[in-house]
Amino acid sequence: MTMKNLLFSISLKILILGILDALAIWSIITIIFDGYYWVGGILSLGVIIINYIFLSEKAYPFRYMVPGLIFLIIMVIYPIFYTIFVSFTNYGTGHILSKEQVIEQFENQYYLSEDNATYTYQVFKNNYGDLKVILYSLNGESYLCENEKKIIKVNLSDSRFIDIDKDGIIDQFDGYKKLDKIQIIQSLNELQNLRFKKDEYFIKLVSLTEFKVYSKKYQFDSLEDRLLDLKNGIIYYPIEGYFVSEQGERLAPGFRVSIGFKNFIRLIKSPQISNPFLRVFGWTFLWAFLSVITTFALGLTLAIVLNDPYLKFRKIYRTLLILPYSIPAFISCLIWRGFFNTEVGIVNRILNNFFQVIIPWLQDPIWAKVALVIVNLWLGFPYMMIITLGALQSIPSELGEAASIDGASGWQQFKKITFPLLLVSLAPLLIGSFAFNFNNFNVIYLVTQGRPAIPGAGTPAGSTDILISYTYRLAFEGVRGNQWGLASAVSLIIFIIVAIISAVGFRYTRALEEISKNV
Amino acid sequence: MYKKHSFTEAFIRNLFVWIFIAFAIFPFIWIFSASINPSNTLLGQSLIPKNFTWDRYIEFFTNEQHPFGLWILNSIKVSGITAIFTVILAALGAYAFSRFRFKGRRTGLLSLLLVQMFPQMLAMVAIYLLLLNIGKYISWLGLNQHISLIMVYLGGAMGFNMWLMKGYFDTISYSLEESAMIDGATHFQSFLRIILPLARPILAVIFILQFIGTYSDFILASILLSSKENYTLAVGLRLFITGQYTTRWGMFATASIIGALPIMMIFLLLQNQLVSGLTRGGVKE
Repeated sequence: MTMKNLLFSISLKILILGILDALAIWSIITIIFDGYYWVGGILSLGVIIINYIFLSEKAYPFRYMVPGLIFLIIMVIYPIFYTIFVSFTNYGTGHILSKEQVIEQFENQYYLSEDNATYTYQVFKNNYGDLKVILYSLNGESYLCENEKKIIKVNLSDSRFIDIDKDGIIDQFDGYKKLDKIQIIQSLNELQNLRFKKDEYFIKLVSLTEFKVYSKKYQFDSLEDRLLDLKNGIIYYPIEGYFVSEQGERLAPGFRVSIGFKNFIRLIKSPQISNPFLRVFGWTFLWAFLSVITTFALGLTLAIVLNDPYLKFRKIYRTLLILPYSIPAFISCLIWRGFFNTEVGIVNRILNNFFQVIIPWLQDPIWAKVALVIVNLWLGFPYMMIITLGALQSIPSELGEAASIDGASGWQQFKKITFPLLLVSLAPLLIGSFAFNFNNFNVIYLVTQGRPAIPGAGTPAGSTDILISYTYRLAFEGVRGNQWGLASAVSLIIFIIVAIISAVGFRYTRALEEISKNV
Repeated sequence: MYKKHSFTEAFIRNLFVWIFIAFAIFPFIWIFSASINPSNTLLGQSLIPKNFTWDRYIEFFTNEQHPFGLWILNSIKVSGITAIFTVILAALGAYAFSRFRFKGRRTGLLSLLLVQMFPQMLAMVAIYLLLLNIGKYISWLGLNQHISLIMVYLGGAMGFNMWLMKGYFDTISYSLEESAMIDGATHFQSFLRIILPLARPILAVIFILQFIGTYSDFILASILLSSKENYTLAVGLRLFITGQYTTRWGMFATASIIGALPIMMIFLLLQNQLVSGLTRGGVKE
């Protein structure tokens, strides 16, 4: 590279990095001003690391990884940790805001009391359309008021207040002129929006003739960490995301707060949640197991038949048999749902024609499960067939020949030689398939939507729901709103199970050996 | 273990295969028949319609209330951009892991391997909340935006594909790069001019698999996208048909066929490569 080129590329790099840094610093400052210190801090750290990577020669290899890793970190790694964090909170509908935001909401609530001071008033307007109001208290004092400003006590005998017709009522001052009744009614909307501040209170129009004091409803006591109801004298303490009085009365909205292991305990101990959860849990394992067994059994059988060199049209047969694998699963699932329609679906029409039976596919818990296994068999057997065909080709044919010379029958050869060898080579893929079906959201959600519902369930749980679809429904489809905390707790449980399955799978793969080999 | 069969034996074997071929292709035939049936309902359908119509195929492009064409274009756009950037970003990262020896390389590889085991959708709540919060500051990076959906997919694609690509790069010999560098090429030039052309097969495979995978995703798209003009086909088609099977069956069948065509064509054209890739990828020899 020539010197000139080098100089150019370096200055280009610094220019681009500079622009990106400027943008980053601007957004970090905004974020920190909004009070998200943690996010701001982590972002700053990220920016510093990226600058180091692009400016230091030592970090040269990382320049290639940064673009991909940014997405990986923001969209995969951060969400994993955030899921763990949320699973220990009550985040969700009714607990969306932080405690500070909720306190702010309460402290902005005011109430009107009959005992509060009442004022009669006069409205004045200047040429620019600004409004000022003079309030008269019952004991004869007068106040000059402006919107959103503190009220000021005034002496009406002051020379700036002019009473033109000498009827004892002020007609104009400082360029402001009195409005008559009709003009007041015309600007009623404007008047209703006026708020005059007085110490902890404010004064507002309550009827055509009066202004009244509104009192502050709540006051947060940060030393004692409690909320005082100034109207009734009740004290509320923050308990598990709500302000709760000693009588147990809760104030809405609640706030989000860490609740420790409560979500997990609810999943195990609270009967309304744990009964359906344990059923979902059990069905998830059974479902993954049945999926692997059925698709593998059919795929294996067809692979053995198709592997036969004496069978004609093998290529065409193979292409026809893998057709189900060639269309997006969400489309197949939606189609099969139509096929299993109880009244007019094709499956029941065929059954009715030949056997005079009608099966409640999507209404009965057992039949719904059978339907799911059939759909998944259709979706999954081509994959099993393909991988088995591949594995069969890697089994040396001499083994079979030697065995048949020794007098072994075809079945014996399969049982004693082919099948064990197949299992050895396919084990990691079968474990992978188990893990995949364990989280096979599409089939469950698009065919049965987890239904039929489990009677008496306190959360949206159906008898065909698996853990991942249960999570989805908790988070986004709950009758009582979004239960993000509880949903994250279920996610975390799935994470742990997937980790265990993968740990088992690792024993069968060479991925780890590859890492050690390459260093 | 295979011998020449007698006629009956061969017949039974063929019959056996044909039973399952019928199982495999029946839905295709039935759906096609539904799409050309004049009656739009499940009930009115018969396997061979007495008379047929292409009306539904015309309606596919003209239905304004349910813009199927737009949804398919959205799907193609999101999947295409995701697949292109997956290839670029994964290739860059894989190059570093394959060709440089640096501190943290082993840890990095191990973390990649661990991260790609966990399906991204497990963190769906966190991803939703993340984009909800980003959207409060930068609305075009928030919920219901294609660009944020693409970024989510890109994150999910990095682990596995970087890993896969690194394995392929490892099989390309160093000697070409070495001689290029003696002639004064930089690392980046040898990546661009030597590695990438030699790695073309794996780049193509990753592009295609990523395209198919993204096109077929339902869950993340359904969480993030919330307005009709932004739907991908998966989200739109489901909303179109849920609860309406008996009355919208014919239109649904048509949209399914047209929506599945892009993927089916890719798959059938590249059948042999994809099949051998599937077999080779996992089988321990």
